[in-house]
Order: sequence, then structure tokens, then C-alpha cells
Amino acid sequence: MRELDLEPIRERLAGRTGPDYWRSLEELAGSEELEAFLHAEFPSAVEEGIDRRVFLKLMGASLALAGLGACTRQPSERIVPAVHWPEETPGKALYFATAMPLHGYATGLLVESHEGRPTKVEGNPDHPASLGATDAFAQASVLTMYDPDRAQVIRRVNEIVGWDRFVESFGRVLDGAQANGGAGVRVLSGTVTSPTLAAQLAALRERFPSARWHQWEPVNRDTAHAGAVLAYGEPVDLVHHLDRADVILSLDADFLGSGADRLRHTRELVSRRRPKGHTIDPSRLYVAESGWTITGSVADDRLPLQAGRTFALARAIASRVGVSVGANDDAASLSPAASAWIDAVAADLAAHRGSSVVIAGDGQPAAVHALACAMNEVLGNVGKTVDTIEPVAADPSSQLESIQSLVADMRAGSVEVLVVLETNPVYDAPADLDFAGALGGVRHRVAVSLYDDETARLCHWHVPSAHFLESWSDARSGDGTVTIVQPLIAPLYGGRTRHEILSVMLGKAQQTSYQAVREHWQGRLGSVDFEKRWEKALHDGVVPDTRAAARPVSLQANLASILPAPPASAEGLEVVFRPHPTVDDGQFANNGWLQECPEPLTKLTWDNAVLLAPETASALGVENGDVVTLELAGRSVRGAVWLVPGHAASSATAHLGYGRTRAGRVGDGRGFDAYQLRTTEGLGFAPGLVLKATGDHQLLSCTQHHGTLHGRHIVRSATVEEFRRDPEFAQHVEHEPALDDTLYPNYPYDGQAWGMAIDTGACVGCNACIVACQAENNIPVVGADQVARGREMQWIRIDRYWTGEPEEPEVHYQPMLCQHCERAPCEVVCPVNATVHDSEGLNLMVYNRCVGTRYCSNNCPYKVRRFNFYLYADWNTESLKLQRNPDVTVRSRGVMEKCTYCIQRINEARNQARKENRPVRDGEIRTACQQVCPAEAIVFGDINDPESQVAKAKADPRNYSVLAELNTRPRTTYLASVRNPNPELAPKTKGGGKKGHGGHA
Amino acid sequence: MSDGARPAEATVVPPGAIIGPGQTFGSVTDKISSAVLDRVPRGWWIGFGIGLSLLMVFFTALGMLFTYGTGVWGIMIPVGWGLDIINFVWWIGIGHAGTLISAILLLFRQRWRTSINRFAEAMTLFAVACAGLYPILHLGRPWLAYWLVPYPNTMGMWPNFRSPLVWDVFAVSTYATVSLLFWYVGLIPDLATLRDRSKNILGKKIYGIFAMGWRGSASHWHRYETATLLLAGLSTPLVVSVHTIVSFDFAVSVIPGWHATIFPPYFVAGAIFSGFAMVATIAIPLRAAYGLENFITLKHLDNMARVMLATGLIVAYGYMMEAFFAFYSANLFERSMMHLRFTGPYAWSYWLLILCNVLIPQLLWFKRVRTNTIGLFLVSIVINIGMWLERFVIVVTSLATDFLPSSWGIYTPTIWDWSTYIGSFGLFLTLLFLFIRFLPMISIFEMRTLVPEAEVEGGEEHS
Repeated sequence: MRELDLEPIRERLAGRTGPDYWRSLEELAGSEELEAFLHAEFPSAVEEGIDRRVFLKLMGASLALAGLGACTRQPSERIVPAVHWPEETPGKALYFATAMPLHGYATGLLVESHEGRPTKVEGNPDHPASLGATDAFAQASVLTMYDPDRAQVIRRVNEIVGWDRFVESFGRVLDGAQANGGAGVRVLSGTVTSPTLAAQLAALRERFPSARWHQWEPVNRDTAHAGAVLAYGEPVDLVHHLDRADVILSLDADFLGSGADRLRHTRELVSRRRPKGHTIDPSRLYVAESGWTITGSVADDRLPLQAGRTFALARAIASRVGVSVGANDDAASLSPAASAWIDAVAADLAAHRGSSVVIAGDGQPAAVHALACAMNEVLGNVGKTVDTIEPVAADPSSQLESIQSLVADMRAGSVEVLVVLETNPVYDAPADLDFAGALGGVRHRVAVSLYDDETARLCHWHVPSAHFLESWSDARSGDGTVTIVQPLIAPLYGGRTRHEILSVMLGKAQQTSYQAVREHWQGRLGSVDFEKRWEKALHDGVVPDTRAAARPVSLQANLASILPAPPASAEGLEVVFRPHPTVDDGQFANNGWLQECPEPLTKLTWDNAVLLAPETASALGVENGDVVTLELAGRSVRGAVWLVPGHAASSATAHLGYGRTRAGRVGDGRGFDAYQLRTTEGLGFAPGLVLKATGDHQLLSCTQHHGTLHGRHIVRSATVEEFRRDPEFAQHVEHEPALDDTLYPNYPYDGQAWGMAIDTGACVGCNACIVACQAENNIPVVGADQVARGREMQWIRIDRYWTGEPEEPEVHYQPMLCQHCERAPCEVVCPVNATVHDSEGLNLMVYNRCVGTRYCSNNCPYKVRRFNFYLYADWNTESLKLQRNPDVTVRSRGVMEKCTYCIQRINEARNQARKENRPVRDGEIRTACQQVCPAEAIVFGDINDPESQVAKAKADPRNYSVLAELNTRPRTTYLASVRNPNPELAPKTKGGGKKGHGGHA
Repeated sequence: MSDGARPAEATVVPPGAIIGPGQTFGSVTDKISSAVLDRVPRGWWIGFGIGLSLLMVFFTALGMLFTYGTGVWGIMIPVGWGLDIINFVWWIGIGHAGTLISAILLLFRQRWRTSINRFAEAMTLFAVACAGLYPILHLGRPWLAYWLVPYPNTMGMWPNFRSPLVWDVFAVSTYATVSLLFWYVGLIPDLATLRDRSKNILGKKIYGIFAMGWRGSASHWHRYETATLLLAGLSTPLVVSVHTIVSFDFAVSVIPGWHATIFPPYFVAGAIFSGFAMVATIAIPLRAAYGLENFITLKHLDNMARVMLATGLIVAYGYMMEAFFAFYSANLFERSMMHLRFTGPYAWSYWLLILCNVLIPQLLWFKRVRTNTIGLFLVSIVINIGMWLERFVIVVTSLATDFLPSSWGIYTPTIWDWSTYIGSFGLFLTLLFLFIRFLPMISIFEMRTLVPEAEVEGGEEHS
């Protein structure tokens, strides 16, 4: 009998305590000692028979190892929670400040952590790009982190290897490259704002003077920077202040739905649209765009215009407000409606010098950006509504040129080593570059990414990257403010950060990303009091005084002469490429929450579609769901058509991000790949699209099939004039029975009475609430087939209604969730009392009492109840179990569910208040949808407290209940929207609140 | 039937007679009991085989349902009820004819009811059995169906007595119980006859047990008559109450197209309408197959057709009033619902319903149709379809397009919806064929009261 030799293991564990000890065991799990120990001891023990002593020793060893698989791990380094409880209580969530980088730019977050598991993301109120809100992407990021489809091993071709082996092999390759100064070494990344990474990349230059760093981000800011260069001679970044603007003109810019400042823009825009009691001081938003964006959907005046004609429109407006563009009048080349629009917009802009702003879209060419800059300059907006700052990105030069030169070098065979850092060029690089084809010429290809994706498949090495919730890093927001990204959890699947890869490349393989980030900031924050500053930065989620410096610039005098001519106005169809509102450029394709989150305007889920105006579609003889071939300059792709009223004629919108082949089980094979048509010639849009019906049909999963009001007063809105004439326009539209029109006494709600008010005038339809609710309440994903059957599970939906003329409709959003009716039709019909009312007016759903008759849903006038027709919740995938909110039941098959007003948050606040022997404070309870909303459209609280925000909102003259005539007495009420269209542009009658809206198919 | 069950002496039944000429106590007893006691005709095996095959379809559908959940059906939000509830209402409606015939017509001393009474009651029972399954099957968690019943439990929970679904539990279970009792009590004298005539030992024993020692003494008959009368009295309100309560499932709700005060009478009339149609659908082929023209005469068919015509007109009035109320209420949602019924995605079902339930039954004004077995059979089939469509229109179209257009949606039944429906015919037919095989499908002792011999002795009391 051999002695069991635990000594080497003991040695490695010696001197470690607490979390460190567990971490060491983790490391130990892969170590040779342990492997040798296991191999040597366990089989032999079986062969030789186990005596009692050995058995006890083995038991001891396996008990020690049991900790490895059982629990999630906090990062070993010290992370700093944003909210300190007096003591750490099991079951009590902690919040940590961090940031989510998207296209390089950071949104500050506070992430909820339950016993080391990040479960929910909230916005960081101190962060300038969040202001306490987040978008749908940030909300869904936790799901991506736990995604079981993420790459989990380091792969060399088809072999699974360890990190040490990678470091060793890759180190050897790099050592070999050192001879010629790393001339063949290339790094390809997305947009980099991380100061640490930028410093590491700079250091890489020192080691390999001839190495090059390339950037490619499919949705990049090239044209904005090039436009700034045209206008100002240097690539400054622009910061727009929409709250200071009376007139806003968007030239195909979706500044509410994309871009680094989307959340701040939403907050600022909406702040001007909200009447205060009976007064309103509204701004006016003009949007010219081809297909719908959420920005266009909330415009006061929107002009559907081919993307290719935006330049002409911009130049016509520019010349009218006094920019010398040295051209003939472009308005003549546009339609009469567009000409009228140009005149009205130009007059409005000219009347608001210093308080207007013109914003150009990133899909538009540099010249349009330059014209926007020039207009702002001439209108005196710079310094007031627009600030020019030092570029935030580490390298604002053209990414298109960058990847073009990389591909050229790859083809020339001069690239020896290519490291692709968290970008997926094989999928998303311009089609004419044929990145995949060029990749074959690179000797050593290393991909670092979350998934074993299209690019990783073609690389020799694939290193899984760490999700931002698992990473130490840093990132800058749109205004330059830096956030230190701190991990909430040790990498779940052994992912590595970009910093670690760079450390390896710099020959410092032992340097962790924590050390890299800390070292960088030690250099910047100074060693005096560093620890305190570091902790404060981690705690606050922002590093003070890191905003980008203002960069005063002046307009190029010769702008008119250097401005390129507008493209010859091509007749026929154009195709416009935009990032998809829910899966973005494709990076979120494997996220079920985002796949199932309806596209804001079409309400399509799980697939993208070729979006066409109905008149364009009828000219082409295609209908919803017809599969067509899109042909552009010899390339073609097949996609299904979807008709959208208000889309510009002769224009087709193709959202990027679909047609993935290696996204994972969720995203593969959904929709069509618009990148296959997107070339260096037309990254934003391209003329000459040929669209041919194939005769095939595809079932698209749409969550809302009827978008008109059929004469019903469900959404109510008025123009500013109408509002001023009658601020109570939304009330008394329908007869609401009096409270005491009942045979029974009314229930007295003496204590707290929870209620909600939703400002439809503020809602921009961004979908953040849908995903926030899904994350908070453990709402399952059901899949495209079930959505097509009308079985989506989201507790809050955003109803989208069209009003007005079918060619230029208005859009009205109405977030719809359980109304918590005081006289709830669902409650009386439930045979088993599974849905009942509580003393504070909540309509409760008792899951374990529900037998699933669905009668409650049938009798719900708002149809906000959701039924588990199948076992939708994933009860098997271990990693997804970690994501769940422990405060919310995971529902089973055959059970009804619905919005609870986040009752778990109410209970938590109530318990806290009781412990402190005080009433619950107003604002202490924030529902998930309320907390996430960048427009602050949702207010929740105690309606019995006249001082509460919600009581004040309900006292607003715009307040009304949906379907009040049914005497349901909903606790959720709505504030009617007030829009400010230019009277000059509104010859047609806009539907007023009292009259309701005419419906059009 | 080719194998000798048909009587050679079949004669023309005079018009208006409710029993053929030349029948005696003995011939009636022979004729009716022979279907049970003689060799099983091949036709029975065919019919039973079909029933059993469909029953297997039913079990398969239930297997799918229990394994995967109600998601196998096409139901969704907003249409949370589909074929499950349609079939429930349809089956339970069919049952009503049996109760009407056995209870109300008994109280009104309608002697023509005698020959169709027994199997109409059996039909009621089997239809209620089919119907009663659906409310359980339609649950998301059917294994908890007993929570709808008020029973003392550790949870300290009662069902919600405000919910029409709980009323349904009482209505349907009472109905099933009373119908079963009524049917069984009515069977006792005939079971004794079968006991006495059965040549099979096992048959003698089993019939004997269920005959409960019936000897036909005067005191037996006295108690029998009292019990029957009491049960008839008990059943009578059920004819009205059950479907009234079923209609409350809809009428109590707020959904346009459901929330209607006319529903109770209109549902009851519809139930009797469909019930008589089903009795005719079954009686006509049965009568031909077993050669029962002497017992189920053209007079019977004529009477049933008249009831169908009358209740059909009430139903048509109901449809008219629904449309009128929608118009006259000036309620936007009601009007829109009615408009969408006429022109919306389910307009086909509405117009087909009008064709089946309103237009085609008008043929019953003609005596030629009423007394033409094939014609009446076809009309009764059409009415069965029409009444099913009526429930489809009510359940589905109202839910599909209710208040908020944003949540409107289309329900399309899946193969499992249909197989659960078609499969329930399997249950129905299997039970029906077993009944025909093992029990007298026409009440022997009551038929005996109709023959001239009974007249001589002066009526029903001393048969």
C-alpha cells in the first residue's frame, strides 16, 4: 500500500486563506500535481482495495475538491461595491459599479450581485452616458455572460490546450517575429477607448516597431470623424446637448437608438417634451430618414427620404440657413413635399440661432457631417448646443482604410501573425474585401472572442475572451469620462481579456489584466493616495476629471470648395444598412432576450427583414413574408420582405446582425446576412438594388399584427396648440363610471396603495424596459415558433400604433403591462383564487395555486397575462440557473404569469423600512422597467401619498386610464403625449385627443 | 343488418302512429331484447371498431397533451380557449335533448317520447362524459383539477365561488349524476327482463345484480313510478340550468361578444336544437340498421324535426339580437366585434354558421323534409356542424379581436386540437355501441304500454 501523497498540494495551498484559498484550488484543478495525484491514487486505490485510513484520506481530498464545481467564484482581486450595507448579509444583493463597452464606448453600470453571481444590470446615475438608465443591450449582457454557447476552451486548430501552452507557443512565434521588428505582426481590434489597452498597444509598438494595429468596427464613426476633418480640419468629437435646443434636425441620425450618448440624448430630449402642469416649453424634432428608427418615430415632423438624397436635403437646408455651399438649389431635385419641408426646417432653424442643433447620422457620408458642422457653426450653436471635444477613441482615423490596408497586406503575404481582438471581420468586414479569403495567407492567426465565431473558425488559435462582467479593464464614455471596468465574477469559462493577450504579446505573460489596469492608473492617478483614489473610482464607477478636453475649432473657410459633390441622384431602389435595434451588428445574435425583443417599429422578433414602403412593395408585387433576392453589384442575398408604412419609397432597409452561421445555438441561421451586400463603396447605403421575388414565403414572428386604433381612444395625443387650448384634452374622452357606482362598498386602501403612471409622450420605444423586466423577473425565452403562435412571455410590451396618413404616419408607443385594476376582471373568474388582490392594491398571481384555466387571460381587457403553454423555463442549463433572480419564482408549465409591479422589490423595501421603523420612502421602490428607462417615462409609488411622484403624475391634466369605460379602475395610468409639429407642415388634420385618431390599414 | 334481425312482417306504419301495427307485448320484448341477447351482427363490430379506433386517436392526443402541455394545441394569447372549450359546450349542449325527452316530455305525458327516450338518455350520458373531460383536459395543470371542488383541505382554501368555472363544476357534476341515476332507474325493469331472458350464466348474474331484485310486483311498480317522477322533476330544471351556467362562462366576462344578457336562453335553445339534431343523427341510421321502423316511426322524426325548427328559430333570433344589441348599444367595441365577425378573418365561420343554423333548418317547414329520413338526417348533420360553428364563433372570434388592437391574434387549431375533438367521438361511439350491445336501446316496458293490449287494460299504470 502506497502512502497517499498530498504534500505537493498542501504546499501550494499553504499560506492562502479565504477566497484566495478557493481560487488556488481552482488553479490547482488544472495543475500537474493534482492530475498526477488523481491518476496515481484513485485507480490504484480501486485495484488494490482501500483500507479505512486511505479511504478517509481520499474522502478528505474529495471533500476539499467538492468546492470547485459547486459555487461561483468572486474574482480574487478586491472589487468595491457601490452600495455598502452595514454588513454583508447572505441573501442581500450587492451592487458594483462597472461599465459596458459597446462599439468601444462605455455605459456606466451598477450590477446586482447575489452571492457572487451577477444577476441584473442597472444604470449608474453618476455616469454621464447612463444617468441611471441603461439600454436593452446592457440589460441583456448578463445573459450573454452566462451563455452556455460561449467558447469555453482554448483551441489550437482542433485541439484543446491550456493557457500555458498558448503562452508558450504564441510567445515563441512572437519571439521569432522580433527579428524584423514585428513587421508581420498585426493586431485587429474594434474601436478602442480603453486607456490601458491603448497604452498596451503603444507599448507593443516599442517591442515591435514595425507591427501595426488595425481597427474595424462594422458600425463605426468613420464618416463623423471624416466630416469633422472636412469641416474643422481635425477629427474632433461632437457632444450634443438636446435639452438646450429648441429645434433639432436629424439628418438620418438615430441619436436615441445608437451612438455612445443615446441614453443621455433620450433623457435630454424628453426633458423638453414633458409639460409641467398646464405649461409646456417644447423643442421641435425634425428627422429626415429613409427607414424608421426610434428617433424618427418620436419626431415632431418626419420626412421619409431616401438615404441617398439626404446630402441634397442637407445642402439645401444649409444654403438656406446661410452656409455657403456654392451650389445650385438642391431642393429642386427633391419632391415638392421635401421642398416644403426644407423651407420650413430652414426657417425654424434660422429663427433659433444658438438654440438649435443639427445632427448627422453615422450612415451618411462625411460631407453630410461636414454640412451639419457648418450649419451648427453658422447658426451659432457651437458652444451652446454642440461642444467639440478631443476625440475619445484612442485612434479616430478611418477604420475602413485600416481594414483595407490590412487585407491588402494579408493578400500580399506580408502578415505573419494576426491577432483578432474581440471583433469578427470574417462575418462583418465589407464584402468586397473578402476577408475570409485573405485570411488564408496569414501564417499565424489568433482569434480572441466570446464565441467560437466565423472568424475564430478560420484561425489557428482561439482564446475565449472574458465578458466585461468578468474583466478588469477600463473604457471611456461619449464625453470621454473613464470608468474602471471591474469584474463581478471570475471568468466563468476561463476567458481572457484583451489586456492579458496584449501582456502576452508584450512578453509579460504573468501580468494579469488587474495588474495591467492598476499599473496604468497608478501612473495616471499618482502614487499619493492611490489606493484611496482607486477604491473611489471603483466605488463611483467614474474616474474623476477624465472628461475629454474641449477642443475649440473653427470652420474651414473653403468648405464649399472641398465639399464633395452629392452623388448623382440614382433612380431605382437603394439599400440602407443599419445595425439592428436588438442584435446590433450581430454581436448579440446569440442572446435570446434580444432575439425575442421585438424590433421597435416592425415588432418582428428572431429575424431581420427587408423593410419596404407599402407602395414600393406593391410596385414590386411583394407582400409581407415574401422571400426576395436582393442583388447589388453582382452580390446577392435572400431575405423576407416586411412592409412598413412611413418608410421612404424606393428604399429598402436591411438591418445588419443576422444571417450568422457561428453565433451559437440561438443565433445561427436566423434572418439574412446583409453584410454580404455591404461593400467599401456603400457602408451606409448603396443605390442600384435589384429586388426579385422568389415565390418563396417565410413565416416571420411578429408580436403585433394590428397597428391602427380602429377609432379607439387607447393612445391620446395632442399638438402643442391643442394642449394649450385644453390641457385636459385626454380626460373625459370616455365615460368613466363613478367610484361609488357599485352595490358593494369600495375597499378602503388605508395604507400604501401602489400605482404607476407612464408618460407616453416620453416613451421613445427603446425596448430597455422589456429586457429589464425579463432579466429581473426570470422570464423565459420561447423561440421564434412560439412567438409566431402568439405565445411570447414578456410581461411588458410596447404597443406601437400608427395614426395619420399611411404614407407619413405618426407613431405612438404605449408600454402595456398589468394594469393592476382595482376591479380586476381576471380575479373574479379564476376558479381557484390563484389571482387575488392585496391590501395595497396589487393584483397578485399565486403561481402554485394556478391550475391554468387561462380564463383570467381571456377576461383581461389589456391581454397582459402570459401563459406557460409549455415548460418554457430552462430547468436544465446550469449556467443559466446562475443568472436567475433568487427573489423571483421560476415558473413551470401550465401556469399563468404577469407583471407583479416587481413585488420582490416592494417587499425588500418594505422589510428594510420596517427594520428601520419608518414608512417606505417615495422613490425607494423602483420597478425594473422604471429604473432602466432612459426617458424616465415610468413612475411608480404610493398613490395615497399626495407628495409622491406618482400621485403628482396622476394629478397631471394629461393623465388618463386605458379602457376606463370598463370600470376596471387600473392602477396604471398613462399621460397623453403632446407633440410639437410645425404648423406650416401640418395641413392635414392631426388627430386630437377628443376626436381620437382615424385608423388606416 | 343482413343477418335476420329484420322482421319479415315489417308493415307500413300508418302516418301519425307512434308504434307500428300488430305489435304485442311479446313481439316488442322479442324485438328489442334480441339486439342484446342474440348473436352480435357484423355491423355492430364495424361500428364498434370505428369507435374504438377513434378512441385510440383520443388517447394518443391525450398522451401528447399530458406529455408536452397545452402548447400542443393552437391556443395562444389572446385566444386562450379554443377547440377545448368549444367541444365542451358542444358536447354538453347535445346532452340536453336526452334530458328534455326523458324528463320534461315525461312530465307533459308526451307518450311518443317512449321509443327514443332510452337511447336519448344514453346519448346524454355519453355526451356529458365527453363534455366533462374537456374542462379537465384544458387545464394547464390537469392533475390539480380537484382544486375546483370545495373540499376541506390543509391549504384552508375554498374555490372562488364567484367564478363561473366553479359553477360549471356544480352544474355539470349534478347533471351527470342525475342523468346517470335517471337512466339507471329507468333501466331496472328492462334489466330484469334481460336477466330473465338471458341464456348466458354470466349475463344472468350481471343483469341480475343490476336489476336489484326487480320482480315486477305492484309495490315495485309503485315505487318505480314515484322515483321516476321525482327524478324527472329534478332533471327538469337541469335542462335549463346547465346550459345557462355554461353560458355564464361567457356572459359574466367583459369581452365583447361574450358579455351578453341574451346568452342563457339562447344557449339553452341552442342546446336543445343541437341535442335533437344529434338524436335524429343517431336514431335514423339505428332505426334502419336494427329495423326499428315500427318503434321509431315517422311521427317521431316529424316531432323531433318540429322541435328543431322551433329551437332553431329561437337561436336565429338570438343571432339577430346579438347583432342588434351591438348596433343599438352604440358601444364601439361591440360594434367592432360584430363588424369583424361579419367581415374579419373568421367571417367564413360566421356565414357558414348562418347557413347551417338559420337557412338550411328552414327546410323543416316542409313536411316532406321532416318525414324524409335521408333529408332529415342530412339537415340534422348540418345542424350539428352549425352548432359547433356557433361555439367556434363565440369562443374564438370574440377573443381574437377584443379591446386593444395591439394584442389581436389569430388562433389556428393544430392537428392535436382536431384529434382531441375527433377522438372524443371515439369515446362517444365506443360507449354508444357498448350500450346498444349490452342494454336495450329502447325501453321495453314502456313500449309495451303503447301496444293495443295495454290500451285494453287501461294505460301505463298496469303494464
